[in-house]
Amino acid sequence: MGMLTVGISDLKIALPPDTLVTYALGSCVGICLLDPMTRVAGMSHIMLPTSSVSPGDKNVFKFADTAIPDLVRKMEAKGAQKARLKAKIAGGAQMFGSSTTGKAGATGDLWQIGQRNVAAVTAMLSKLNIPIIAKDVLADYGRTIIFDPATGILTVRAINRNIREL
Amino acid sequence: MSQQRYEDLSELHMDVLREIGNIGAGNAATSLSVMLGQPIDMTLPKVNLVEFNDVADAVGGAESLIYGVLLNLNGDVNGMIMFLLNKDFAHLILNILMGESYKNFEEMNELSLSAIQEVGNILSAAYVRSIAELTGLTIGVSVPEVSIDMAGALLSVPIIKFGTVGDKVLFIEENFQGLTESVMCHMILFAEMDSLNLILSRLGLA
Repeated sequence: MGMLTVGISDLKIALPPDTLVTYALGSCVGICLLDPMTRVAGMSHIMLPTSSVSPGDKNVFKFADTAIPDLVRKMEAKGAQKARLKAKIAGGAQMFGSSTTGKAGATGDLWQIGQRNVAAVTAMLSKLNIPIIAKDVLADYGRTIIFDPATGILTVRAINRNIREL
Repeated sequence: MSQQRYEDLSELHMDVLREIGNIGAGNAATSLSVMLGQPIDMTLPKVNLVEFNDVADAVGGAESLIYGVLLNLNGDVNGMIMFLLNKDFAHLILNILMGESYKNFEEMNELSLSAIQEVGNILSAAYVRSIAELTGLTIGVSVPEVSIDMAGALLSVPIIKFGTVGDKVLFIEENFQGLTESVMCHMILFAEMDSLNLILSRLGLA
């Protein structure tokens, strides 16, 4: 059984017995899709909500609005059916700034990027009619996520917190 | 010719950036000695361009617990500086400054967090001063923000802000040698390409 690592601005497809993992999501969001019939699973690790902020950037995996449709296409190529897909998402934290409330800190307008990423992911999934059946998002800590196509369980690991299974 | 991406920097540019790193680290060691009230020496820092997917590995892995101090640069230069201090570094500083023994970060309180914040402030001021003095540019530094979490999660913040500049960052590794122990610290400089070109042109290199 292999564990396939999804990097930053990356996406991968897996079938049982392989699993998918992405490490240390901060403000980024991890999107896990599964077709429960064929067990084709996919995971995407996006950094930014929309490709319109950075025209000319060719990495479609970086943005929620381009990565998710691409993930779906790649899953379909492996035999998944879009109508059956279910989503689980995690991440979108605010890593800095919560400790210096009220001060003009380093991250400035960037502090809501986690929230904006979650909103963009939610909007794109809704546009594709893919229901979000579980999520562990926002707050102020990093998360490592592991997605098992065999069970559909999304495991969320964080420092000094109990492991969560979604 | 001005550079569009970090990848376009030549070996000569890198040497200049290394030299800025060296001077900055020298200033930082001096400031740190004053703050800690004991001599701090440092070895020649290593300055490299690193792919952002590899930065976390270079500091011990994406999931490793690390102290991050993040500052925004403004004025003539737009960018961010992030210091990554491992537990040993943070504990050493806290032990010297506050005479306390910290075993893990659950024991961190507001006071120790602000001590770490202050160290980040001092170290970054030392770097910024060296860049400003060499180039004659005016560079402002924001209030530092501190966070303790997985290295990868902390790094995602400046990477998100500057990920569009190019997928590499300027990565400086330095060893500070105290009276009894040696500790390592990493500094990452994220600068907008225009700012980097401005620095290089002021140094006669653009």
